[in-house]
Amino acid sequence: MVSVKILGTGCKKCQTLEAKVRELIASNSIDAIVEKVTDLQEIVGYGIMMTPGLVINEKVKSYGIIPKDEQIINWLKENENA
Amino acid sequence: MVSEKVFFTEQQQVESKKLEINSDKKTLIPVLLFPLWVLLYLNLEKITDLIMFSVIGLTPKTHLTDAVWFFVFEVPKVLLLLTLIVFIVGIIRSYFSPERTRKILGGKKLFTGNVLASLLGIVTPFCSCSAIPLFLGFVESGIPLGVTFSFLIAAPMINEVALVLLFGLFGWKTALLYMSTGLLIAIISGYIIGRLKLERFVEPWVYQVKVGHLEMEEENISFSERITAGIDAVKEIVRKVWIYIVIGIAVGAGIHGYVPENFMADLMGKSAWWSVPIAVMLGVPMYSNAAGIIPIVQALLEKGASLGTVLAFMMSVIGLSLPETIILKKVLKLQLIFVFVGVVAAGIIIVGYLFNLIY
Repeated sequence: MVSVKILGTGCKKCQTLEAKVRELIASNSIDAIVEKVTDLQEIVGYGIMMTPGLVINEKVKSYGIIPKDEQIINWLKENENA
Repeated sequence: MVSEKVFFTEQQQVESKKLEINSDKKTLIPVLLFPLWVLLYLNLEKITDLIMFSVIGLTPKTHLTDAVWFFVFEVPKVLLLLTLIVFIVGIIRSYFSPERTRKILGGKKLFTGNVLASLLGIVTPFCSCSAIPLFLGFVESGIPLGVTFSFLIAAPMINEVALVLLFGLFGWKTALLYMSTGLLIAIISGYIIGRLKLERFVEPWVYQVKVGHLEMEEENISFSERITAGIDAVKEIVRKVWIYIVIGIAVGAGIHGYVPENFMADLMGKSAWWSVPIAVMLGVPMYSNAAGIIPIVQALLEKGASLGTVLAFMMSVIGLSLPETIILKKVLKLQLIFVFVGVVAAGIIIVGYLFNLIY
């Protein structure tokens, strides 16, 4: 099971990323739990200074951008096998 | 099991190769498009004349023709400029990250720090929704409050969209003027806020919060990836602002063609001393992006408004926005927010009077 967290206080980019990740997980039938983190203290706890942040299995994978689909799928699959 | 794993990595290699080829192709796109861009930009006036007078056959020198000509000429011009500049800025920004900026600013003294922070505010990627995590990250790593504010003032005020529109509609002198006065305001306001020692008006939790250490290896980005970053920036920003530009220029075109000459002179002209503070007071609560406001303001300038007043209005709309101030309420006490808005607004007013005096 992959744990996925989307860090963001609710800006447009954060919503886009969340929707995209959920869609990619469904369409690639990946076993994952997606959690949206909106608490500021928790967000900065991951050390990022730009939202949205993408955290997979507690590791920050990207921040401030919406990564490419292939990239997100790769990250998810890597962690699914690990 | 073992063979399966090998298969997986092989497949990954193939995929990453595919990605590489794709990004190489992407590098070619800007190279191929650039000559076309230059050709189009240099001949835009001729093309507009051709369409307006030869193809559609409008009679020159009527109000309607003036307004339509303005619109048909300015919209593609501004969009062309926007595409080019956003692309270049996108590439430049790929060299800067908030982490790097924070590292540069760490341990800098007040004045030097303010100058650096204001300059970095221009090139560091920033969006107002990230203002809080950035504020926390800066303050927690020991960057002085005043230096942090210089960054937070410069970043939204001096943005590429505003500069493109100023350059396209007013010329390079005004764009440069806007940039340098914006920098000056960010430097001085941040310095004053730093000198006032207002740390006690920062919400106490800010100093207790544990900012994590980012364990992401700083990858070396290849140049083709930077090109991709530039292309992505163009897609994102142009998609977001084109409609405001079109509407703004349409309103501007209407003013350009129909509002009589010197109409704004009494209201926003030099002789009206109260026009600068009123422009700022109107501008602060207004939340419009640069794309919509600048074309309208340009048309007003043509009708007798004075440059200082117009500049002050623009700066207060773009640089001081109500939603952003409300976001800051999460980390700052009301007193500090008032000082912040007050100091910046005062700076803008001074700039406004200064330019009314000079021009």
